[in-house]
Amino acid sequence: MNLFADAIAWIFAPERLEGSVSLPLAIGQHLAYTFVSVVVAALVAVPLGWAIGHTGRGREVAVAVSGAARAVPSFGLLVLLVLIFGVLHKPEAAVVSFVLLAIPSILAGAYSGFEAIDRRVIDAGRAMGMTEWQILWRIEVPLGLPLLIGGLRSATLQVVATVTIAAYINLGGVGYFIIQGVPLRDFTQILGGALVVVALALVLDGLFAVLQHLVVPRGVSAGRTPDVRATPTRRRAVVEPATE
Amino acid sequence: MTWVLDNLDLIAALTLEHLRQCLLPILLGFVLAIPLGWVAFRFRLTRGLVLTVTGLLYTIPSLALFAILPTVLGIRFLSEANLVIALTIYAVAIMARSISDALGSVDPAVRQAATAVGYGPWRRFWTVEFPLAGPVILAGLRVAAVSTIALATVGILIGVENLGYLFTNGLQRRIIPEVFAGVIAVMLVALVIDALLVLAGRLLMPWAPRRTAGRRRRLALRLGEAA
Amino acid sequence: MFTARNKGRLALGAVVVGAALALSGCASGDPLDSGGTDTGSGSSDTIVIGSQAYYSNEIIAEIYAQALENAGYTVERNFNIGQRDAYLPSLEDGTIDLFPEYTGNLLQYYEPDTTATTSDDVYAALKDALPDGLTVLDQSPATDQDSYNVTKAFADQYGLTSLDDLASVDVPLILGGAPELEERPYGPTGLKSLYGVDVQFQATGDTTVEDLVAGTVNIANVYSADPRIQTEDLVTLDDPKGLFLASNVVPLVNADIADEIADIINAVSAKLTPAGLIALNVRSTVDQKSTDAIATQWLNGQGLI
Repeated sequence: MNLFADAIAWIFAPERLEGSVSLPLAIGQHLAYTFVSVVVAALVAVPLGWAIGHTGRGREVAVAVSGAARAVPSFGLLVLLVLIFGVLHKPEAAVVSFVLLAIPSILAGAYSGFEAIDRRVIDAGRAMGMTEWQILWRIEVPLGLPLLIGGLRSATLQVVATVTIAAYINLGGVGYFIIQGVPLRDFTQILGGALVVVALALVLDGLFAVLQHLVVPRGVSAGRTPDVRATPTRRRAVVEPATE
Repeated sequence: MTWVLDNLDLIAALTLEHLRQCLLPILLGFVLAIPLGWVAFRFRLTRGLVLTVTGLLYTIPSLALFAILPTVLGIRFLSEANLVIALTIYAVAIMARSISDALGSVDPAVRQAATAVGYGPWRRFWTVEFPLAGPVILAGLRVAAVSTIALATVGILIGVENLGYLFTNGLQRRIIPEVFAGVIAVMLVALVIDALLVLAGRLLMPWAPRRTAGRRRRLALRLGEAA
Repeated sequence: MFTARNKGRLALGAVVVGAALALSGCASGDPLDSGGTDTGSGSSDTIVIGSQAYYSNEIIAEIYAQALENAGYTVERNFNIGQRDAYLPSLEDGTIDLFPEYTGNLLQYYEPDTTATTSDDVYAALKDALPDGLTVLDQSPATDQDSYNVTKAFADQYGLTSLDDLASVDVPLILGGAPELEERPYGPTGLKSLYGVDVQFQATGDTTVEDLVAGTVNIANVYSADPRIQTEDLVTLDDPKGLFLASNVVPLVNADIADEIADIINAVSAKLTPAGLIALNVRSTVDQKSTDAIATQWLNGQGLI
């Protein structure tokens, strides 16, 4: 028997609609946790990152914090917060840890997006009589968008991966099938769950890749050399911490 | 706090175990990433392939990768080999890209000069291009090392004991200081290894300007953008 | 190594294009079943002792270790090896010599469909079910088995003392426990078929007791040696129809050294009572003592070392 075939059959079996956690419900939970956490993290990190990028102040602090954040084991942070918040607030504890994990990538994406802009463009804007506010909204924000999306992209992937692990503290999500499958010695279920998680991650990654291309202003993309090295996947590498 | 003081030997033993499990993936990832990064840098055709595949591998959540590897390689799901191979894959994924970037950062004029004075491709790579790419490669290696150390804790979910043990055991016993000690220990190990890498970089590349980590990242970023 | 990586990349590609079927032949066998671990090194004069990644199990393993050391043996500790799938192969191939186990759960591992439920039946069935080369020494009176618990208030409100009484409860019953309980024979299906009780299942894992006290669930699967059954004032519901297998603490041992260490380990097992096991767990979770210290103190107290 082929394990992959079994796992795919597992995914599409009618029983996936039953049980305490049905597969569609698990996917829904997974996406909901990811979406909420990334949005909350963005609400905090994007304005902060733009402020850093625009003023150039606080940059060293932000870099140090992002660097240290990469060393934080997200699984440990999750368990720690669940113990501190208590069992009734497990979802809140989880969201807080996901948000903390997502912030560094988004922050880095936001300020490095501004920094990557050619200073002459900003000087040109200033020379044309633009106010700081106009420079921010008409030059820096649009031109910084691809890198910001890159930051959101790696943050999202990291959260998707950590939500998978969060099944260990019984938060639902697709990781549930993997965690439940281990003591049951049901490898088909483990692999089936894993494939769904991978598909989820790849689809989200693909959506962000498309989005990253779409947000490049038309005038800018026209002037860019069509080198494969400038594809968004590569830009992502610079600002992202590890997937977990 | 008393828990930590009473269990220093346990924490120390787990730390050593943790280090042991992480060093191989970091080293192996580095070694394997060199040819991959070179192939990605050198040939336009393979660049897209290598960078896309490593990018996609990097996207796979660890718990899922732990399930896929045994299926593909025929190893056991609950085993240290599974953890080590998964960590190696992530390390390669990070470093292949950074090595390709790093080689791209070498001034083409220097490369031409080396060729002009009669260096063959092999000698030119190891004595000119690789050392000059060193600072950017080091930046990638540091990212990979720190991520590997943090990520390894997930190994406890597939029965591999390391500092992640403090998380699951602490949760079972409701000992918050135990979990906290685990988080701090992982971060300390990561920061120490990171510092050692910086030090090694200074010793091996005395010519490199002593930038702060932040500036080097920014440099890497600019290089990425300029390409 | 290189081939391995290439295969991995291939696999990914296959997943990406949804053509995973193309991989037939790459995968061989069930990764949860095959092989042995390379942990530890069993030489004839060193006894390798393992334990699960469960604090209570680790304490018992440490007690075995110190008792053997006191008798002059060299002991190597290989603790926290996680789940049965991870460590049983190592016992079967002789890398680990001695392991504290639980009769019921171990029997269920080897014989998922077993019908034995009482302590003696389970012990007898387990002896038959074990693979060659492995045996068990005397079982201890101490048990650490699955049990269903409710809060004192809930028990008083509905007059509950046994699983039989659950049928009369008029609020929806939500059962909490480890994720795998959902699929276990003694899980929701067993409750339905044996006691006619319908429950919803919710995975609560390591926080099951907290969830019960907080009210997220109203029935909880708790190990019977968990001190919190007392400290949290829980009521363990009787199981007159034998839904659960009795699960006594039992040393699982390599047949080659079983006779040699039997006297020492059997003396330990005889002294380990149900209340005693709970007390040991209290030392770990409430007093937060190290496993090492708990074991020494217990052995001293029992006059075993």
